[in-house]
Amino acid sequence: MALYSEKVMDHFRNPRNVGVIDNADGVGEVGNPVCGDIMKIYLKINDEQIIEDVKFETFGCGSAIASSSMATELIKGKPVSEALKLTNKAVTEALDGLPAHKIHCSVLAEEAIKKAVKDYYDQNGIAYDPKDFPEDHDCEHCMG
Amino acid sequence: MRIYADNAATTKMSRNAIDAMIPYMEEIYGNPSSLYEIGQKAKEALEDARARAAKVLNCEAREIYFTSGGSEADNQAIISAARIGEKKGKKHIISTAFEHHAVLHTLKKLEKEGFEIELLDVHSNGLVTAEQVAAAIREDTALVTIMYANNEIGTVQPIKEIGAVCREKKVLFHTDAVQAIGHVSVDAARDNIDMLSLSAHKFHGPKGVGILYAKKGIMLSNIIEGGAQERGKRAGTENLPGIAGMVKALEDATSDLDGYTARLTPLRDRLIAGLDEISYSELNGDREHRLPGTVNFCFEGIEGESLLLLLDDKGISASSGSACTSGSLDPSHVLLAIGRPHEVAHGSLRLSLSEDISEEEIDYLIKSVKEVVEYLRNMSPFWRDLVNGKRPHVFAE
Repeated sequence: MALYSEKVMDHFRNPRNVGVIDNADGVGEVGNPVCGDIMKIYLKINDEQIIEDVKFETFGCGSAIASSSMATELIKGKPVSEALKLTNKAVTEALDGLPAHKIHCSVLAEEAIKKAVKDYYDQNGIAYDPKDFPEDHDCEHCMG
Repeated sequence: MRIYADNAATTKMSRNAIDAMIPYMEEIYGNPSSLYEIGQKAKEALEDARARAAKVLNCEAREIYFTSGGSEADNQAIISAARIGEKKGKKHIISTAFEHHAVLHTLKKLEKEGFEIELLDVHSNGLVTAEQVAAAIREDTALVTIMYANNEIGTVQPIKEIGAVCREKKVLFHTDAVQAIGHVSVDAARDNIDMLSLSAHKFHGPKGVGILYAKKGIMLSNIIEGGAQERGKRAGTENLPGIAGMVKALEDATSDLDGYTARLTPLRDRLIAGLDEISYSELNGDREHRLPGTVNFCFEGIEGESLLLLLDDKGISASSGSACTSGSLDPSHVLLAIGRPHEVAHGSLRLSLSEDISEEEIDYLIKSVKEVVEYLRNMSPFWRDLVNGKRPHVFAE
């Protein structure tokens, strides 16, 4: 399929880190069923604030699944502070690009990770700058 | 195993249709408007094709206009009826919410010009009734345009009855029969049709060629201006190879419709029964009034594009009304028109079969769809929420 790069197809066909972490230290879910995509990220974080494990569940198209898979690979084993710096652009580049109308999938991946980190900070009483986190928003194009 | 199950999108050309085209590319390549021998031979072939097409549709040869396909025919039929209507002060057009975009977008254009467009409800079963049409017709109704069979869910409309209502009330009636021709019996006279569109590549003919049938006396407006081809109503040198291939395919596809239906319907129903076994899924459109080869399902908790890509990996070509596959943000207008909520419309699958499909291939389709749906549900947080009762199911188990 020429629609997607080989990298995208590889991560779509063989997604890394699919699943659930029971008693995760941070969970982030973004998207909604009306728009047709939901991503959920689970983080296991150790005392040194290193992401020891990460899992994802995604309802969505091929690029949504591939973006989730790639994003989890990019933050696994990294300090939380580094995961927070992950951009959708980095996810897209690591996938050798996405079609223009699918860039939004990489944005969801970035937002899901940020939301999971925020959940971790909230649960553990760790102070943070709210500006580092996107506000929860309804998906304008679908929710009107 | 490779199974092409997207025959509503387009079909493989038949050997007969290909063979019918070749002489008009290699030997009789003259312009039908030219006076010399290979021009006149081309003209004869063109008129022969027109007469044969008319025989299939049960109309007169002069009522057949060759076009570039179904979209052009739809555009021309609707614009022509609008121009005829507005001269008499009639600017009300009746259609349905789930027409093909070639119809809906043309109607949108007319709406901007001041026409009033009334789209009839197609109900949860994907069917409109003649009674609805009768109730909607007004003094100022210029046109009723209703598709013969729906391209996504395959429901077949009561066209003969609708045509009778329009005939009685003296309102022009057009039907987009692109998905119907070659799959169900279509007869311009029996079905009381004033105008009809068809497209060759939906019944094993070539792409880029179609027919507009317009009953004599209907003043067509040109979409393409230029030469005097097609009785001055459609300019451009005729696509004779395409026309020859189309008419051969048309004859073949309509020669044994009873046999076609008898063979394909049980296979279609076997596929429906198999997919019905998937929990929280539902067939889209009426079970009975449907094309012999079209099956469309919605599955809760998954998205259509990923379903298509994984089916492709299993050798299956299919399509979906998911927003992601269309490049637009909204899922299929057809599925929304029959009342499917967005979240299940995203998880739709259309399988449109060709007549040479085997029982073994049907079983492979069922097995593959079941596997892929289960796999995608297992990684779907939406599905998890449905199973855990955090979100309500749309369908029964």
